[in-house]
Amino acid sequence: MASTDGTLGNSSYRGERVEAVSRSWRDRMASKEWVLFLLFVAPNFLFLFLFTYWPLWENIRLSVQKTDLLAFTGSNEFVGLENYEYIFNNRTFRLVLRNTGIFLVACVGLTMVCGLLVALLLNQKLRGRTAVRAVVFAPFLLSGAAIGIVWAYIFDPRFGLLVQILDWFSIPSPHWLDRPEWALPAVIIVYVWKNLGFASVIFLAGLQAIPQDLYDAAKIDGANAWWRFKSVTIPMLSPISFFLFITSILATFQAFDIIQVMTDGGPAYGSTTLVYYVYQQGFGQGANFGRSAAAAIVLFSAMLIVTFVQMRFTEKKVHYDG
Amino acid sequence: MDNASLARQKRLGQVASYAGLGLVVLVIGMPMFWMLSSSLKTLQEIYTFPPQWIPTNPQWSNYREAWNTVPFGRFYINSIIITVFGAGLQIICGTLCAYAFAFLKFPGKNWLFLLVLAALMVPGEVVILPNFLFFGNTVRDWFGLEGNWINTYQAVVLPGAATAFGTFLMRQGFMGLPRDVLDAAKVDGAGHLRTMFGIVLPMAKPIVITFALISIVNKWNDYLWPLIITRTVEMRPITVGVRLLYDAEGNNNWGVIMAGTTFVVLPLIIVYIFAQRFIIDGLTAGATKG
Repeated sequence: MASTDGTLGNSSYRGERVEAVSRSWRDRMASKEWVLFLLFVAPNFLFLFLFTYWPLWENIRLSVQKTDLLAFTGSNEFVGLENYEYIFNNRTFRLVLRNTGIFLVACVGLTMVCGLLVALLLNQKLRGRTAVRAVVFAPFLLSGAAIGIVWAYIFDPRFGLLVQILDWFSIPSPHWLDRPEWALPAVIIVYVWKNLGFASVIFLAGLQAIPQDLYDAAKIDGANAWWRFKSVTIPMLSPISFFLFITSILATFQAFDIIQVMTDGGPAYGSTTLVYYVYQQGFGQGANFGRSAAAAIVLFSAMLIVTFVQMRFTEKKVHYDG
Repeated sequence: MDNASLARQKRLGQVASYAGLGLVVLVIGMPMFWMLSSSLKTLQEIYTFPPQWIPTNPQWSNYREAWNTVPFGRFYINSIIITVFGAGLQIICGTLCAYAFAFLKFPGKNWLFLLVLAALMVPGEVVILPNFLFFGNTVRDWFGLEGNWINTYQAVVLPGAATAFGTFLMRQGFMGLPRDVLDAAKVDGAGHLRTMFGIVLPMAKPIVITFALISIVNKWNDYLWPLIITRTVEMRPITVGVRLLYDAEGNNNWGVIMAGTTFVVLPLIIVYIFAQRFIIDGLTAGATKG
């Protein structure tokens, strides 16, 4: 700053004036642009603050308050971590955490493995593959509520499609949605079916971005198909796999509609996940806002950790690339 | 290995691949086919064993019965209103914000952009309770209302009006536009409004359409928030409404229930048939470049 002032002081009177005029013109242009910027971002920020940031803060506040059931609000009575203590000491909530873990691992794992297999198929020069891609992707766009009902019919223990298909192979079908131990697997099957297309379309884009000469070079080195897959395809796919992994985890944390329609979180909390617990504690029978808010913060924290892991890894990747 | 056996191996691999494709189509397509086929079955055909794949005498009356059991006409109107206003607001908020972050100068702009991105970490599911209380209590104090906004369209639409994802996606798209065309506009003395509507939006049309389609699909399928914030049958969107049909039919009359689910997915299937490439290409571009 000081050196700039010094140069200005040494310059001639006329130069100073020209500089000053052009600077004030530039300032005015800049401030006009600032105003425009603020106008343009205002609507988005207004709604983000009203319905995302402020409620997040409100949620934290509710989670450390006692619930006033008559007024249907927080009661402003500060109870510290009592709500958190309650849920973490609660058998049901521990079951919910277990369900959420199983649900996450199974959904994300199966979707990614099956998605990669389908993508590898679609990446070959086969006739009709564009049509197949369109069919495979379609379930991803369809309403979870409607899909859930269709699958409830397919899982129907008397007249469902699945019981009849299993019958061809002489396998007795479990009463999927009536049994606590089968409800969660049933819901997982539906989510994998619905999200498989998204994973395979993303993987396919990644596969098509791998330069052919890498494969040619590996071939010259005498690498067989499996070896080429292991040493070219897998490493080249790793950035997109990581992206898919993270987005799948975040989406799976939020899964709600299919569970609500198919099982209502039951039977006996057998398919209640974290999101469903937040909903059920907040709006179901025996609603308790404090506990619902505390569970929501647990959910938020879990997603926050996933996002931070992603940021750490992406940063590293950028560094390695130079 | 000689050439003949190599060729045979290749053919075998191809046959296996086609078999694989067939299996994929079967597994993914079967539930959708089952929905459509069952929506035209008589009760008797539904209860036959082994399954009847194609109904002998299509029962279009199932659709009429579904339409009359719960007010699907009303559900359609509600869903259209929610989708048009919800997606419309998101598109407006998203394009304006993306343009500002891509082309306008502002001190500390990058920090503000991080603030937008941070919203990606707070999905609507986490804040359903405080948002519900906002429309139940807070709006009354703010606007001096007699009642509250629970069970209103504005309460369904407003919490989903902003978009962090859309801002990110479209900013990315805007910044990928050729710089010299934009500079030429500047030299011509075009203001920002003219640059945006005359140059940026037409050139970035694919990415804007992609986001618009994603937004429309999301609004149409939205379930959790409308389930909570709407209270009467006349205000329910179609996704929540079809659940009412499912409950009303006591999961026995599957033909009618499948006709109802067809009502829900049909508009999206039509959109998908026409806009398939935009949706898939846009999503994959977002993933591979983002």
